[in-house]
Amino acid sequence: MSVIDQTTTTTPRHGALGTSPTRPDGVEKVQGTYAFSSDISADGCLFGVTLRSPHPYARILSIDLSAAWKIDGVQAIVTADDVPGQLTYGLISQDQPVFASDVVRYVGEPVAALAADDPEVARRGMEAIVVEYEVLTPLLDADEAISGMRDPIHPDGNVIRHQRIVHGDAAATGDVVIEGTYEIGMQDQAFLGLEAALALPDSGGKGIELHVATQWLHEDRHQIAACLGFDEENVRLVLGGVGGAFGAREDISLQVHCCLLALRVSRPVRMAYSRGESFLGHVHRHPASIWMRHHATADGEIVKIESKMVFDGGAYASTSSAVLINAITLAQGPYRCPNAVVDGWAVRTNHLPCGAMRGFGAVQACFAYESQMDKLAAACGIDPFDIRLRNAMTTGDTLITGQPVLNVAPVEECLRATSALPLPDEPVGGLLLPDGSQDAMKLPGGAGRTADAADVVRGIGWGVSIKNLMYSEAFDDYATARCRLVDSPDGVHVHLKFATSEVGQGFVTLAPQIARTVLGIDAVVIDPIDTQVGSAGSTSASRQTWMSGGAVNKACGVVRDLVFEQVAAANGWDATGLFIDGTDIVDPTSGSRLDAAAACSGLNIDETVEYRHPPTTEIDENGQGNPHTAFAFVAHRAVVDVDPDLGLVKVVQIATAQDVGRALNPLSVVGQIEGGIAQGLGLAVMEEIIQVDGVIRNGNFTDYLLPTFLDMPPVLATLIEQPDPLAPLGAKGVGEPPCISSTPAVVAAIRDALAQAGVDAALDRVPVRPADICL
Amino acid sequence: MNEIFTLHVNGEDREVRDSWLGENLLDVLRDRLGLMGAKGACEQGECGSCSVLVDDELVCSCLVMAASATGQAITTVEGVAPVGAPSDVQQAFVDAGAVQCGFCTPGLIMAVHDLLDRSPEPGDTEIREELAGNVCRCTGYGRIIDAVQQVAVARRSAGGELGAST
Repeated sequence: MSVIDQTTTTTPRHGALGTSPTRPDGVEKVQGTYAFSSDISADGCLFGVTLRSPHPYARILSIDLSAAWKIDGVQAIVTADDVPGQLTYGLISQDQPVFASDVVRYVGEPVAALAADDPEVARRGMEAIVVEYEVLTPLLDADEAISGMRDPIHPDGNVIRHQRIVHGDAAATGDVVIEGTYEIGMQDQAFLGLEAALALPDSGGKGIELHVATQWLHEDRHQIAACLGFDEENVRLVLGGVGGAFGAREDISLQVHCCLLALRVSRPVRMAYSRGESFLGHVHRHPASIWMRHHATADGEIVKIESKMVFDGGAYASTSSAVLINAITLAQGPYRCPNAVVDGWAVRTNHLPCGAMRGFGAVQACFAYESQMDKLAAACGIDPFDIRLRNAMTTGDTLITGQPVLNVAPVEECLRATSALPLPDEPVGGLLLPDGSQDAMKLPGGAGRTADAADVVRGIGWGVSIKNLMYSEAFDDYATARCRLVDSPDGVHVHLKFATSEVGQGFVTLAPQIARTVLGIDAVVIDPIDTQVGSAGSTSASRQTWMSGGAVNKACGVVRDLVFEQVAAANGWDATGLFIDGTDIVDPTSGSRLDAAAACSGLNIDETVEYRHPPTTEIDENGQGNPHTAFAFVAHRAVVDVDPDLGLVKVVQIATAQDVGRALNPLSVVGQIEGGIAQGLGLAVMEEIIQVDGVIRNGNFTDYLLPTFLDMPPVLATLIEQPDPLAPLGAKGVGEPPCISSTPAVVAAIRDALAQAGVDAALDRVPVRPADICL
Repeated sequence: MNEIFTLHVNGEDREVRDSWLGENLLDVLRDRLGLMGAKGACEQGECGSCSVLVDDELVCSCLVMAASATGQAITTVEGVAPVGAPSDVQQAFVDAGAVQCGFCTPGLIMAVHDLLDRSPEPGDTEIREELAGNVCRCTGYGRIIDAVQQVAVARRSAGGELGAST
């Protein structure tokens, strides 16, 4: 022990909270040695494939497997008849069959799965299965689903959920009334790491281990065990390396199929989707149609909103009911709004099923309310920036559900900080090349060299948004973490164990930062991520920094307090006064310091805790209640260059200021901001799944366009750091906000450019297509 | 029909025994030779996750017939640097925050090495144009561009020091 006369360190040491240590899996990922779920195999492994419906709606008359069984190398075929447990699964309601047995409800619905020695044999076997269908007339119109004119396409009915919100004075009116109808196309998460899993059956067939890329190991286990007819403890899930998620891995895809095949043959089976199959195999962002009317005073203060929102959930419910509630409860945006009448429907059709995607309902609502704010600004003769400032929500304001916003709510700060960021210094069309010619890469249309610089017009647009964090509507939302001290030859290591899915966001970087800060020990090991510890909840809803971060923080805090007790007893100190400073345990009374890691040597401490956020409530028939946990805010300003004649757009710059609470790892926060904005830009001008008569027409990366290096502009970002006293680490989730209001900001900028060019285009639909601009 | 052929991968001759004629290079590297670094994400040359070098040319290995690459020098991400000793580009990706899920990363490592070998000091537009064949869904590309620029600067200053000392 040494007594050091030294003041408390104020700058966090590298690796602690507030710094940006590198990812612990970074070197493996850049060297290609990191094992993604599609890289995992096993000796004697078979390969599984899925037979899918070619029809959006049809009755299955017969399934003939005889030809498939005759193919040498086919080892197992399973259909609905082979599901030993529950025949259906689903996140909120279990309405989706493991395999369709009587009716198929979307193009791509699984009908059978087959395992063979080799992928090619498996594909041939699958093609040899003969399914006889009676084709039915699909339900493809969301309004028709609401109308009640069609027979139910599913026993649960054609309306998944209807919810109304009536708040304040429903009859209130304003001096200024503006309205519009907005459409949002179906977006794909398009993670790069395709669905893949490896199932390893226990000898005896009483249990199974599944290595899979997922967002929520325990929920997967719950659904898999039910369908297999197993107790949950006999289903062990291990996180396979996850190549991105963005919501698409919240639902089951191949998990049950892979397990069924493996159990059938008592051999390991792996499955891996192709890109085309992936478009069919996971849920998408809901396409939506939103009518919205704003009433305001003459000087632009919102008096009332009215809205009707229709979300097309596709064939199965997935999380549609929760997506809908996000959309309608956040319909006012980050603005004060005393009165509201909002109706929302999530409906069932024979389209591809929809569910979670980054932003989860808030995205669709935001495109509508932000488009409305620009209309309101124009109607009141106020600048789009000023009208947002005038209505900006702050802490203590209420949602239209009556729920007070208790978190820090720096909407005005987000707006002002974004506005303070410099506009692009390059002129419209970019700087000329050294030879004096135009640089085509700086023009809309890029390498196509189609735009004429003289025709290009620059526009600026704003988008601001609110996002609820964590799960809502009285859901028992918790995360589990275990912390233990382990002696090793090179000193004490902190071992952290959790089931938190690392999908790329960087929780594996953050968790050790928390442990280093709380315990003062730099050596932190993350134990395998699997179901051998309690649930962490899903890596979604911007919740893991708050929830699993909260659990790791709590577990480390419990361990630290036990360490303090033992150290205090050994040294004759008062345990209650001890604190961690850097890597030292400090006794303020004596001024003594101990190296924390050294002091923990020989201490056998192992603690597992659960962290819960404060409870939320259901909403009543008028949509009133406190359904949400917490809120985060962000502002975006987009600058675009548009060729009005050709309908071409180049996004030149996105500026943003985001309410992050506290940046625990600033580099990771910037990564979330830039990545989220890319997805928001994609929805604004590029990305849409096209279905014609219920058949996907662009389920590949040639036709489904993703933003590339050339499509993404520079992002200027300011982090608004006002630590939230309600958050365990002061930090808000940062994953979703970037992709919410970046979309309407880009569209507003296009409208601004077109207005300058004298073109009147409503652009009430995303993604904006060239024809929406120039025709 | 199976054919036996030899590929020259990362400086070694590797015999391919159980491939079917026409199998693409990506599948042969991964499934026959156990080199899992190159990733498949689109199967049609749009995303660049499977990028490798064939005779110093950057290609999408999903679009190359494996048997056609006999007699050519194939470099995959595993051949860039020894395990545990990342190259400057690889280290810069880690340091700059250019890696999130990491699925696109091996392909981008190949593309960035190729770019910087051909053009040691690329400008912003050149970087974007050269790397536009590699899709990343996580990062929005900003930190990747930063990593490329960091390597270019570091190599220039290292080259400058080298020049001064000789």
